[in-house]
Amino acid sequence: MTSIDENSKEKLRSVSVDLNHDASLLIDIPDALCERDKVKFTVHTKTTLSSFQKPDFSVPRQHEDFIWLHDTLVETEDYAGLIIPPAPPKPDFDSPRDKMHKLGEGEATMTKEEYTKMKQELEAEYLAVFKKTVQVHEIFLQRLSSHPVLSKDRNFQIFLEYDQDLSVRRKNAKEMFGGFFKNMVKSADEVLISGVKEVDDFFEQEKTFLLDYYSKIKDSTAKAEKMTRAHKNIADDYIHISATLNSLAADDMTANKNLNIILSLQKVEGRVASDQDLKLTELLRYYMRDIQAAKDLLYRRARALADYENSNKALDKARLKSKDIPQAEEHQRQCLQKFDKLSESGKKELTSFKGRRVVAFRKNFIEMAELEIKHAKNSVALLQGCIELLKSN
Amino acid sequence: MADTARDAPPEQTDFHELEDGEELFPEPATTQESQPASLAAEDISTNSNGPKQDSLFDDDPEDLFAEATEEVSLDSPERDVLLSDGPSPAITPITPPTSVITPRIGHTHDDMFTHSSFDEIEEEEGGDSFDIHISVSDPEKVGDGMNAYMAYKVTTKTSISLFKRNEFAVKRRFSDFLGLHSKLASKYLHIGYIVPPAPEKSIVGMTKVKVGKEDQSSNEFVEKRRSALERYLMRTVKHPILLKDPDVLQFLESSELPRAVSTQALSSAGLLRMVNKAADAVNKMTIKMNESDAWFEEKQQHFENLDVQLRKLHTSVESLVCHRKELSVNTAQFAKSAAMLGNSEDHTALSRALSQLAEVEEKIDQLHQDQANADFYLFSELLGDYVRLLTAVKGVFDHRMKTWQKWQDSQMLLQKKREAEAKLQFTNKPDKLQQAKDEIKEEIEELEGKVQQGERDFEQISKTIRKEVSRFEKERVKDFKTIIIKYLESLVQTQQQLIKYWEAFLPEAKAIS
Repeated sequence: MTSIDENSKEKLRSVSVDLNHDASLLIDIPDALCERDKVKFTVHTKTTLSSFQKPDFSVPRQHEDFIWLHDTLVETEDYAGLIIPPAPPKPDFDSPRDKMHKLGEGEATMTKEEYTKMKQELEAEYLAVFKKTVQVHEIFLQRLSSHPVLSKDRNFQIFLEYDQDLSVRRKNAKEMFGGFFKNMVKSADEVLISGVKEVDDFFEQEKTFLLDYYSKIKDSTAKAEKMTRAHKNIADDYIHISATLNSLAADDMTANKNLNIILSLQKVEGRVASDQDLKLTELLRYYMRDIQAAKDLLYRRARALADYENSNKALDKARLKSKDIPQAEEHQRQCLQKFDKLSESGKKELTSFKGRRVVAFRKNFIEMAELEIKHAKNSVALLQGCIELLKSN
Repeated sequence: MADTARDAPPEQTDFHELEDGEELFPEPATTQESQPASLAAEDISTNSNGPKQDSLFDDDPEDLFAEATEEVSLDSPERDVLLSDGPSPAITPITPPTSVITPRIGHTHDDMFTHSSFDEIEEEEGGDSFDIHISVSDPEKVGDGMNAYMAYKVTTKTSISLFKRNEFAVKRRFSDFLGLHSKLASKYLHIGYIVPPAPEKSIVGMTKVKVGKEDQSSNEFVEKRRSALERYLMRTVKHPILLKDPDVLQFLESSELPRAVSTQALSSAGLLRMVNKAADAVNKMTIKMNESDAWFEEKQQHFENLDVQLRKLHTSVESLVCHRKELSVNTAQFAKSAAMLGNSEDHTALSRALSQLAEVEEKIDQLHQDQANADFYLFSELLGDYVRLLTAVKGVFDHRMKTWQKWQDSQMLLQKKREAEAKLQFTNKPDKLQQAKDEIKEEIEELEGKVQQGERDFEQISKTIRKEVSRFEKERVKDFKTIIIKYLESLVQTQQQLIKYWEAFLPEAKAIS
């Protein structure tokens, strides 16, 4: 059972600003269990709200339960004017698993220490993926709990409280297909709707900005990922080099024990890689998803606008035909109301979103720069110590 | 100067036999090789003797030197000239050939070839500087199309009096280097000297250059080759015997050099080489030597292990170079992407911070590129050189085996002839008998000579190898240590730069509001 302690969680909670402010509803994931492909999260809630049956309780949840909750919220009409926090991505242990597999195959070509060290590295990587997925699921719930409207959602409450298996409420195969189809239609809508004439300057600006920003941040995320991978590869190379130097040292004077420096360098390089991953890549990745959620809001609003315009046309037609005028009027009134509501809440959401984003970027950039400096200073000290030793010999 | 040495006075030929036992790097005793023998004469002329000589030469305590002392005092001016090269008065006249060429820490150049003396005994001697520095530079394309080639400028700076001047330069092409190596190898390898191998040919690399593609990969290829040629020459002149070889001197000094055609891969000489190599490989498997000396067995095993480890290390370092280059490329791409993101960002302070981040990452990508070059030129190439050197070392051990085989063969032949002679005693053909007896006696005498020579050769090569191995190991340790220190220092520099860059970025990040 791999569990996360409070300390490391503090360090992890970096991508979004600290969300657990409101003591009336505090949620966290104190531990999680990893079984083969499935991760079982323990969702722990502490609340003073009377809407809950108990003040302090925990339930086990799977990733699919989170997805169900997210999709339910997205499909709730009432929340159309809100940015629904992006769903946490599926836990992906493929990369460390593949590497572990390759390592097993190449075991014969390595020395025992090399193999052990590589294995340790992979286990650390596995653990890092694990920690990241816990963090991302936790943040999802915390965004919901700190949102004035979403925290009161009935399904959210069920998610937190229902102590039986949620799978019966989850989408069955047919529904999932339906969901997929809906997504398809939505993308087609996107194309149509970006063409819709925007009356409001604020939204016009936001639309342009978000569309452009999304593609840029997606690109940056991908590039940052590649950087991190290259760092990790270098760290792995250092492991192989230090192992060979050690075997040379066994019967040789040249590669003396001082060259365990290489091993320490590997550790530092590895840490640089994972810190960069957390502070930069994860940050970009998270906000990429968040921006997608903001875009979704825009599209919902644009669709409401289109609906309103259609209802106008329908009303005109009805007036021409002198048929069903009251229904058409009612429909038009409803569409307008919906649209106005969306616009109002949308504006609020997007403004606070920008604030949140700026704060998060600032925090992470500062932390990243500080960590890079720390690691580099560490390396310099290690290297200079080693050089001294070598020169004095 | 080198010429006059070869015309050494005949009385000094006495020294041939003395020197062979004593000299640290003895010249070949056999008179079959003309050139080395001439060098031997030169050596002898400079070899004065004094009390120290005995301590230098660990093997032979004979008193032969008493005689030698007198001879040398009538000495040729060469000796004095060579002596004057060594600044340290502590060095007794004995050591000139070795001390002049004895590598000492060269303060004048901080390239990888700082030397140390190649023998414990010599380390006790004062600081005589091995003052020769060779640089290979200015690669220039000569000619066009498939007949084009790269000409390199080989500049030698030295105060060693073997050379006519202190500073001189010549133009050489790659096949000249190969030609030099091939000559040295044919002269010295089979008597036990570890001749540094020349850089490898590369048909693909050269074709690109010939065709005229002035792109980064062909520039890198030329740089890699230039650096390899420089290291090759420095290693060659570090060897005390090779330095004095007339082919080496000619290579460094004379403006015109006959074209080494036999080095072409597809020439008949090249094919012959390949056939010989195959034959050698087969022979190696069939020779079963009775190793009387455990030292050799031990050393051979040691070199086998070293070879395996170095190859493995080389592969890992090559992988490191590759990944670091990848990191550089990825960082550059990320920098561009971050810049675009910064442009797109509408919050001014964050936008500025993103642009700053992009700039930092761009500088860092250059850092990674430079580090990758250091990884390669310092670390990876060193390992590659030593992997090839080890092949030469192993070759020398193989030659010893062949020498032993030759000796044994002569011995067996002698045995057979002796048996034949004994049989002759019992034949009944009196008239033919005397003639046959005489013939056989002649053959036996010849063979006895051969056997003796074979034994001497074998002892000689064994002795040479011992000294060479000891020198090689010392060089190796020093080489590696120097390079590793340099490499670590390059890493330190990179890290310090990283600190600077991130420290500059930090206030920008804090300024986001």
